[in-house]
Order: sequence, then structure tokens, then C-alpha cells
Amino acid sequence: MPELKSMIKDHILDRPNSYIGRSVPRPNAKRLLAGRGTFTDDINLPRQTHVAFLRSTYAHAEIVSIDVSAAKESPGVVAVVTGIEMAKICSPWVGVLSHLEGLKSAPQHALAVKKASWQGEPVVAIVANSRAQAEDAIELIDIEWKELPAVTDMETALDENTPLIHPELGDNLSWQRDFDGGDVDAAFAKADNVIEETYISNRHTGVCLEARGIVADYNPGEDELTIYHSTQTPHMMQSLFAKHLDIEEHKVRVICKDVGGSYGIKVHSYPDEYATVALAYMLKRPVKFTADRLESFTTDIHARDHIIKTKVAVSNQGEIQAFEIDDLTGIGPYSVYPRTSGIEANQVVNLTGGQYTNLNYRARARVVLQNKTPMCQYRAVGHPILTMITEGMVDDAARKIGMDPVEIRRKNLIPDDAYPCKSPTGLPFENLSHHESLEKLVKMLDYDALRKDQSKARKKGIYRGIGVATFIEVTNPGPAFYGVGGASISAQDGATMRLDAKGNVIIETGVTEQGQGAEAVVAQCAASALGVTMDKIKVITGDTDITPYGGGTWGSRAAGIGGEAAVQAGKALRDNIVEVASIMLQCDPSTLDIRDNNIVDVSDGNERMPLSEIGRVCYYRPDTLPKDYQSELVVTRHYVPKKFPFAFTNGVQGCYLEVDINTGFIKFKKYAVVEDCGTVINPMLVDEQVRGGVIQGLGGALYEECLYSPEGQFLNGTMADYLVPMAVEMPDIEVGHVESPTLDSELGAKGAGEAGTGGAPATVMNAINDALYPLGGKVTAQPFTPERILAAIGAI
Amino acid sequence: MKPAAFNYAKPTSVGEALGLLAKHDGDAKVLAGGQSLIPTLNMRLSTPSLLIDINGIGDLSGISVMGGEVRIGALTRHVEIENSSKIAKHVPLLALAMPSIAHPAIRNRGTIGGSIAMADPAAELPACLCALDSEIEITGPAGVRGVAAKDFFKSLYETDAGENEILTAIKIPKIAKGYRSAFDELARRHGDYAMCGVVAHGKCDGDIISDFRLVFFAVGGTPVIATDAMDAMEGMAVNDESIIAAQKALDNDLETFSDLHCSATLRMHYAKVLTKRVLTSLVKP
Repeated sequence: MPELKSMIKDHILDRPNSYIGRSVPRPNAKRLLAGRGTFTDDINLPRQTHVAFLRSTYAHAEIVSIDVSAAKESPGVVAVVTGIEMAKICSPWVGVLSHLEGLKSAPQHALAVKKASWQGEPVVAIVANSRAQAEDAIELIDIEWKELPAVTDMETALDENTPLIHPELGDNLSWQRDFDGGDVDAAFAKADNVIEETYISNRHTGVCLEARGIVADYNPGEDELTIYHSTQTPHMMQSLFAKHLDIEEHKVRVICKDVGGSYGIKVHSYPDEYATVALAYMLKRPVKFTADRLESFTTDIHARDHIIKTKVAVSNQGEIQAFEIDDLTGIGPYSVYPRTSGIEANQVVNLTGGQYTNLNYRARARVVLQNKTPMCQYRAVGHPILTMITEGMVDDAARKIGMDPVEIRRKNLIPDDAYPCKSPTGLPFENLSHHESLEKLVKMLDYDALRKDQSKARKKGIYRGIGVATFIEVTNPGPAFYGVGGASISAQDGATMRLDAKGNVIIETGVTEQGQGAEAVVAQCAASALGVTMDKIKVITGDTDITPYGGGTWGSRAAGIGGEAAVQAGKALRDNIVEVASIMLQCDPSTLDIRDNNIVDVSDGNERMPLSEIGRVCYYRPDTLPKDYQSELVVTRHYVPKKFPFAFTNGVQGCYLEVDINTGFIKFKKYAVVEDCGTVINPMLVDEQVRGGVIQGLGGALYEECLYSPEGQFLNGTMADYLVPMAVEMPDIEVGHVESPTLDSELGAKGAGEAGTGGAPATVMNAINDALYPLGGKVTAQPFTPERILAAIGAI
Repeated sequence: MKPAAFNYAKPTSVGEALGLLAKHDGDAKVLAGGQSLIPTLNMRLSTPSLLIDINGIGDLSGISVMGGEVRIGALTRHVEIENSSKIAKHVPLLALAMPSIAHPAIRNRGTIGGSIAMADPAAELPACLCALDSEIEITGPAGVRGVAAKDFFKSLYETDAGENEILTAIKIPKIAKGYRSAFDELARRHGDYAMCGVVAHGKCDGDIISDFRLVFFAVGGTPVIATDAMDAMEGMAVNDESIIAAQKALDNDLETFSDLHCSATLRMHYAKVLTKRVLTSLVKP
């Protein structure tokens, strides 16, 4: 590290008065806490209308006829539009990417044409002067349906006698991927122990405090669409809306104001959102759509519906010799556009067992179609599943040979001095810290003391368990994720920085704020690189007309990629400012620097002039500068990871909990996380990302589940029946850090937004099973409900 | 999720409210705290032509002690009951139950009358009233009448109150000397409707209990008075043997059902676990 750092002139981590590594409060927190945020539903435009959708009440049904005549006459109704009419202005899409070879899906429309394929699919759009009037009119629409058999069980989706959801595809298999590395058969043949298990990850969803929302307006005078959208990816959406409405991209402006949580839910494109934009285009009036909670549950993407058969080989000495997995996942009736619904299973194949030295690894993943809400990428895509099975298998192995779970990990984790190296599937690891992180966690948990407490408690009939789960995590994705497959999704991001006349700084960036603090991190990076205080900086995000073209926020990329672009922009702007100052002060630019909003002498830090003086001269009195000199107080810099396809991070989570064997309830006694996300830009924000992530992971592991009837009816579409984790039941979470910066960027920051979610389910499962072990019970199906825990120990 | 259009009236007396109910004969709904009604309207599960907001009727609210009983006006908010020293002293069972009723924001707005009139089988208060020999006061076109709590809850969401009547008060006898109450429930998350809940009340003499009441909620269509288990415990000392007898009796008392979050088997198991807990807590406060 030190030698490489010294190769970069004026390294960002060596800046005086740096904000990097400081828990700077988020500048936007005050506004949001004061209730002065502007969320999409807060936008109200003159002549605005509201759209509501008649949605399919069947999981699978043919549309025989639609009679909208009465609805059209209903008070306040502006337009009633069916799928056939919608298809004339909004073209259908197919959610495939070329790098997921063989992935297939059917054309999907903004409004169902001919048939509906899940309960909740939009069928007819009703535009009215108010949402209530639109809902009144829905009740007057007469649809004749012919119900079709629904494919809901993924285990029988591929059976010969199961009906086909899209007959033109030939079967219900959307994608299959196979991987075989090392010599798996030989390893199992000679293994001392082979343990087989089946793990089940449950279908759940990301519940955003702010539901999806969009307000679209079309101005025929300029042939321009302006779209206010609660999204993570303004430029991606600009590209998609332009493509499917056949408008030039620069005529579509996507503005993203405050976003009340996204978690990957708002990184996809949705039929009802295309329909809203198309209606605005059609009617030449603003149209607003705000999903209500039931619509959120039945139309926001779901995730993580997997059944995975696992097999692990381990020697009597604790050496893991082979992993084999067979993953089956049901994704709903369509692969979601444009990122596809193959990525989650792909991650499971790519990353299972990736933290261990074992190279004998075989995997199969089958992605099947179903008549349920479409599934796609949700926070920590695939990681909660693959970490659950990896760490489940490692604990299975440890139990079989009677080895301590920490000890077996010490034996098998890739050594900290082995980097760079590759995963069994060939993915490059730059620099990870499994052992340092594990030892730190062992200390934080006071592991040996917990083991003693556990055995003391058992004697009193109290069942406590310790769970440990190590993990790897993909962050800072380059074009390998989507771009290479043909998706219009920017892998790089930029920052434009401008010094204004009074010495203040505006920075525009393509990464977006979702409530997670991206704007704060970008401001910290920019302020540190330039040499100004945070109060001088204003960050602008989420406007395709203004910000540099970029990818937005997903895949734990905002800090690592957007932060680096801000660093490089700040350094470049500093060079330009120092150049002007050196002319004004008639000295060598290398003798000057910017610190705390002032031009200073590098040698002693003496203040020479404030930045406002630079602004005054450059903007108001450029005549006082040499005639052959032009100042440049605006710069733009971009960044995309180039040396590695993604920046892998690692970490480990541990918890101690008690299982009430009468009720099956669990109670957390301790929860700790060690996270290595490279350079920590803002410890407070990273810790809160980790904590929030853990809670979301525990939600899926313990509470959240999208329940369906065998006919494909969603059974728990309210916040009373779909259980999200609440504060009372959640543990305090202690967070520790190891910092192994990526050398792909000067900043060295990797992503931190998803790691908590990825590791939590495995941790809690291993802890429950550790507690139940003396009773001979084991849980393998999420959510780990009291009922499943009691059934596992034969209490019910 | 917007309600269908409705008319709105805010009467200032019970008489005026009754007049409106009679006039709309079955097509009006009474709005108290709104914690159940408003979501039902928004989901268009209910589309009344008129909402009669009784929040303007001052004398429907408040807690008073009169002779041997405590009278709680129907419009009294959960939070007032939770914080009332009169309730803590004279009806300790209600004080025990209150923190388990949903969340503070709901208790700030929700009313006891609304909860009783709604008669949700998973609600805590109906079971408490049945265990305490309470009386429900109902006012209708023919005047005021009283119904014993155990006769008020007819079946799932069905009560003895007629369409043109208003529940106006709850009357609960003050706890007698030597009596104790216990409350427990199991919910997936604190504040959720319980998977199973129970209230116990009786006279405790050392570890001997008599005049014993054991009433379950969230196990059937109405609060379920576990008469066999009550008989099994009557006059008995609370010990492992009697607890097992009471638990066995529940197989007769309860016909549990399955829902999204709890199977019938688990409900029965929980009923037995909770019975042990409340019995133990009655005699070892």
C-alpha cells in the first residue's frame, strides 16, 4: 500500500483537514427530518390527472372481452385505455441479456394484451381528475375472463403435464446454468464425510417506506417528456422510456427528487410506470401514479424464492474438499426488464463457497417461470441465499466431525496473504481479510465466554446458540454486470464541479440519493479533494438534464464509484484554481494549496486569499488576468473500475441468541458484524448501512414471506399480514471494521450497502441450529418461524 | 386504495346519532377511533353512504367509579385506560392487557367502544370483559339496555348490538378482595394480533384458586371461555398436576383453527403453554 500511495501525486488519503473517515452528519438529514423532503407524490403539476389500474384478479387468465363504456362515463374520468390501445404507443420488451446465455422470456406489455400472467398485472388504465374517481370507474369496467391453470409450484413447473405459461417458449425453463470446477466426483469419492441437506429461501420483497411513484408530463410544444420518478437509475429509465415510446433520448428528462428507500425495488422498470408515461404522452397532460400498499405487494419485484440441494465433503481433520449445489428458483411469468431475473441464480452459482480455499465445486441453477409476481434483484442480490447455503454447509460439516464452527472456518478460509487469487468459478479477488475479520469478530463476541455461558445455560434447560457466517460480496460493478450483455446501463459515473463567484461549490453527480447518504459521501470526497469545508458544497443528483450521464445507485456502487469521480473532479478543480491563484500571486503553483476555503502556502499553511477572491477575479474582473489566459472553474471527471470486474468485499457476522423451546420464539442476546469495505469514507453512514442491512436480512430470515394460495392468489398483501422486522424484536448491532482498500481507485472505497443483508440469514440460522443441536433439531427453511422451530424439535 | 364517496355527519348527542342511524337504516357506519373502519373503507371492503362521527359527543368519553363498578365511556381512548390510576386500582386486568394492544399510535386514537363493537376475535379487550363479568351498555331507539359481555359476542365480528344501536359504555365490577388477574399472549411481533392469548382471573388463597375464569382470544370466532379448564382448576392448588389437568381440559374447550401465521396445532400448543404461564403468575405474583 504505502509504495503505491506514494506513486499518486497528492493522494486523497493524505489531504489535510480531510473529511474521509469522519462521521460527518448528512447535510440532507435536517431537511428530511423536518418533513421538508420532496417525494414523488409531493409533486403536483397544473392540469394533473391521476391513473389507477384495473389489475388482474387471476394468476393466469385469458381476456375474452373488456367493456369500458360505463367507466368512460363515470364522473371525472379523462381516459380509459386497454392493452391493445396502449401497445400502439408503447412497444413491448423482453427481459434478456446476451451474457446470460440461453436466458429466455416472452414479450411483456405495459398493459396486459390477450392474457394476464400474475395476480396484480395491470390490464386497464383509468385516468381521472382524482385517484378516487379513477378507482370509482374501475368498478364499472366489465371484463370477461377465461381462467387458465396457474403454474405456482416451482418444483413441478418443468413437469411434462404442467401447462406452459408462454407456449411460444416451448417450456417453463427461463434459464439454466451449470458449472463444474476441480474434480468434484473424485473429492466426494475419497471424502471421509459427505453431508447432504436441502435449504429453502422464501419469496419476499423489499418494503419501501415510499411506494413506487411517477409523475409524467408531455409538452407537445417542445416534444419533450418530463418525468418525476422515484427511481435509483434516472439515466437508465430515460433510455427505456425513450426507446419504448420511440422518442429521442434527449427529449426525455427524468428527475428524481427524494427517494424514500429503494433496496433494488426501484432499479427495475415496471409496466404501470411505462403506462403512466405513455398516458401523459397520449393525453398531453401530467399523469400521476402512486402505488398503494397492496399494489406494492403484488407488483413490486419479489426475490429469493429458492430451493437448494447441497452436498459438502469434509475430511475428519476439517478440510472442506468439495461443495455441490443444485438451485431451483421460480421467477414469476417474465424475466424482469432490463436487468433480467437470471442474475440472482447466477450469483448463487458464481459465489457459493467463494471465501474458502476449496476448488472442487459443482453447481446447477434452474430458473423457472411461474404465475406469481415477477422476481428480480433485491438488496444483496443472491448473497443471502448463497451465504445461507455456504455457511449452512460449513456448519453441517463442522457438526458432523465435531469441530468448533470458528475452528473449521480458520482452517478453510482463504489466507489473508494469498491475494490476488480467484474463486472456484474464476472470479478475481483483489485483497480480502477473512482471517483478520474473523479474529476481530471472535473478540467482539467474546466467543469463548459465550461458549461457556451456553453450556452453563443448557444444564438449566435454557437453549442458547452462537451463529457465525463469513461472506464475500460483489460491489463497485463494472460493465461486466449488465453493459456487456447489451443493457443500456452506465457502468461509469461522473462528477461535475463548479466554483462559483462567491467561493461556493456545486457538484453534480450521476449517482443518486435513496436516503442512504450518497450525497453526503460525495460531498465529503469533493470537499476533501478540493480543500473546502462541507458547508460550501451543494450536491445535485437525480436529473438527467443536469448531472453527468451515469448508472445511479445499485450494486453498492454509489460511494466507491461516485466517490472516486468526486475525488478526481475535486483534485482537477483544485489544480485549475491553484493555477489562477499562482498567476494572481505571481508564484509557482506547486507552492500553493487550498485548505479550509483559502489559498494557502504549502510550506506553512499561511492564508494567501479566500476562494471568493478567485471567484471575484475570474468572473467579474477577468480583465485583470493575462490576456492569453482563460480560467476554467468547472471540471468533470469520470470513473469506472477497470482492473477488476467488481470490487469484492468480505466480512463476518456473529450472533448469540436464546430459543424458547416452549414457544419457539427467539431472543437475540448479542449481534456483531465485522465489515471490510476498504476505505471507510463515513463510519457513521457505513455502520448504519450495515445495521439497516442486517435488519433487512433478519426480516427475510425470520418474518417476511410472500404467501400464495395454490391458485396463485397473494394472501398477505397488507402490513398487518406481511411481517417486517420491528424495533422491539431486533438486536443491538455492534459494527467493527477492517480496511483493505481497493487499488482500482485512489479512494480505495468498496461498497457497504448490502453486506449486512447478505450475511444475516446464515448467521441467525446457524445460531438457531447451534441452540437446537442438543435437542436433535435443525431448521433449514426460511423464515425460521416459531412454528418451524417447534416442529424441528418435535414439540408440536 | 381510496374510499368510495360517503357523506359525513358529526352529531353532538347520542340521540342525534341514533336518529341518523335510523334514517339510513343499515347503510351508515359509526366512526369512533377509526383504527379498523378507515382501512376497511380505503380497501372498499365497506362502502357506507354515511359516516356518523361520534367524536363530538362529549359525554361518551371518560372513566368513572360508581359504587361497586367502573364505568368506561365507549369513546375512551386506549391510552386513557392505559394511564388511568382508577383502572390500575380497580380493574388491574385491563392495565395488564393495555401494553399488548397494538402500538402507541393506535392506542392514542383507538377507543374501547370501537374495539368491543368491532369484536375482532383476536382482540384482547373482549376476552378481558368476559373474564370480569362486565356489562356492555347499548343505546338504541328503545332506550338504554345492558348485555353481559359473555352474551354480547355472538360469532365472528357479530355482536348483540343492532344496526341502529350504539355501544355507549362498558361497566366492569371492581376487583374484589383476594382476587387476582393475569394476562399473556403470543404474537409474532409485539403489538401484532396474537396467535393465541389468554386472561385469567380468580380468587387466590395461597396457591388455591377459586371462582376461576380462563378466557382465550385469537383461538375462535369470539372470546372463548374455557369452562372445562376452569372446572378442572376450581378450588385446586396450582401445581404441575393441576396445570396438566387444566391443559388437557383445553382439548375439549377449544376448537383451534389455522391461519397465515399459526396452525391449529400450534394454537392449541400455545393455549397450553399460556395456561401454565397465567396460572403460575396468578399464584406467584
